[in-house]
Amino acid sequence: MKPDQGVIGIFSYVDSTVETIKSLKKAGFRNLRVYSPFPNHEIEEVLDQPESIVRFFTLAGAILGAICGFTFTVLTSLDWPLSVSAKPIVSIPPYIIIVFELTVLFGALATLLGLLVNSRLRRNTPRGVYDPRFSEDKFGVVVACFKHNIPKVEEILKGSGAEEIKFEGI
Amino acid sequence: MSQETTLTYSKVNEDIIRMLDKPSVKWLALFVPSLGLVGFGLFCFLYQVYTGLGVAGYRHPVFWAVYITNFVFWVGIAHSGTLISAILFLFRARFRMSIYRIAEAMTVFAVLTAGLFPIIHLGRAWNFYWLFPYPNQRELWINFKSPLIWDVFAVGTYLTVSAIFFFVGMIPDIAAIRDRVKEVPRKIIYTILSLGWKGSNWEWLHYTRAYLFFAAFATPLVLSVHSVVSWDFAMANLPGWHTTIFAPYFVAGAIFSGLGLVITLTVPIRKIFHLEDYITLDNFEGMAKLIILTSSIVTYAYVVEFLLAWYSGSPAEWGQYRFRATGDYALFYWIMIFCNSAVPLLLWFKKIRRDITVLFIISIFINIGMWFERFNIIVISLSHGFEPGAWGIYKPTWVEMGITVGSFAWFFMFFLIFVKTLPAVSISEMKEILPVPRKEAQAQ
Repeated sequence: MKPDQGVIGIFSYVDSTVETIKSLKKAGFRNLRVYSPFPNHEIEEVLDQPESIVRFFTLAGAILGAICGFTFTVLTSLDWPLSVSAKPIVSIPPYIIIVFELTVLFGALATLLGLLVNSRLRRNTPRGVYDPRFSEDKFGVVVACFKHNIPKVEEILKGSGAEEIKFEGI
Repeated sequence: MSQETTLTYSKVNEDIIRMLDKPSVKWLALFVPSLGLVGFGLFCFLYQVYTGLGVAGYRHPVFWAVYITNFVFWVGIAHSGTLISAILFLFRARFRMSIYRIAEAMTVFAVLTAGLFPIIHLGRAWNFYWLFPYPNQRELWINFKSPLIWDVFAVGTYLTVSAIFFFVGMIPDIAAIRDRVKEVPRKIIYTILSLGWKGSNWEWLHYTRAYLFFAAFATPLVLSVHSVVSWDFAMANLPGWHTTIFAPYFVAGAIFSGLGLVITLTVPIRKIFHLEDYITLDNFEGMAKLIILTSSIVTYAYVVEFLLAWYSGSPAEWGQYRFRATGDYALFYWIMIFCNSAVPLLLWFKKIRRDITVLFIISIFINIGMWFERFNIIVISLSHGFEPGAWGIYKPTWVEMGITVGSFAWFFMFFLIFVKTLPAVSISEMKEILPVPRKEAQAQ
């Protein structure tokens, strides 16, 4: 069964946000989401997230770009061979430049795709639990839990200094 | 950013989003003339299309002139934007934080301007797509051994990657604007552009990683782009062009010219929008120090060019350089030396590095000097080649000057639209350099 209830605590301070996450984790609540107006290392550390998989998108894009750049230049040269002064038809050094540019181009496009897909930046409006102040100066901790756990979560949030607590169905 | 700052997170949001309020008279006074000049540039271009390329001052032996000068100049301008946004990001230089968005915008608009010039320079501009590899009836492919094709790939990739970098960097800030504005059309536009950004830990996790990769891609890319542009010349067997120092020389010159324009743009923006708390004297000093470095590299290249020409023992090569310094175009050569090598020496004084007015004036000198550097390399070399019988003098025409002025106006037009529609200072990165709010600190 999946958790059916979201409890949001809103904080002004980074240290109280970090404390809250620690106590929630200690109490066994692992399904947390944290909102912040900017990336913060303390919060990142205490959440202990896995490494982002965007890097695999980047690598795949870059390799694909290099292969495309190489095969494209070589195959088009062979498609209509123009022999000039017995110079090589397929001349690798100048093609390296095209290979490099396409590596960067495909790599960057794949990184963008990886970012959009993994961050789920597909909808235009922020869905679910959100507060506009999270883009300004407040930090938010969202706990996904079952109904019977709400009082416990509320107690932890209040205890560590949440300024406001809101409830929403998930 | 000094520690005793009075900025708070919500003040950052308020100040930066306030820049997007209804345009002031000052803004309109800048925007309307640039629109007019863009119109004049467009008229000149249409006149050239209608009449033929003869209206440009091209005559034997100079068939690359002001348009290509502008192309190289604008591509160069773009470079310092990427330097500030990507290279200084990798080096974790904090002085970049408040200026990098302006620099990045400058990059995108400068490449956009640069891209027009090879097309304007074509006699039959409507055939520009022949540069791209596409399957066609004649089964012909482009020549990948040509530096001009490398240019297409390098500049095209550069425009795409810097536009992505620019946009991705803005997503969290656009979300902040979305959360603050109330009026309906703006709210809808910013909502769409924000892609539903919420600032959750998962979003930041992927975002920071992706941003690092963009920076890592942009760094070698920016070095490659101006190297490729320099090879447009260095690959040709012409005295004054055919030299191996061109790539590093061009890259340093590009960053030098771009830093000049960043200062030219930042000073008025800082004043008009009262951003003194954000763009501090330290930021300007950081840029001024980079100018000293790049100016020294450029000056070194000017000297080495002469040495190489003399040491080569080639009369054509040595004749070319003597012609630069003493020939018909000597005035332009000495303007370049004065603006790029002599004027930046003033920045060795700390007092001048921290004086905004003087910096602004120096930056204008750099812009002028770098434009002439490109002109000198292209036009003087072509006008004084191997064969004395084929030497000739080129003079720009009003059409070329009109299009050049139009291109500056085109760039400023985009820039002015940018400062009124998008956050010109990064909101989320400004917050990163402010002291973190702590309950403990509050209690004391």
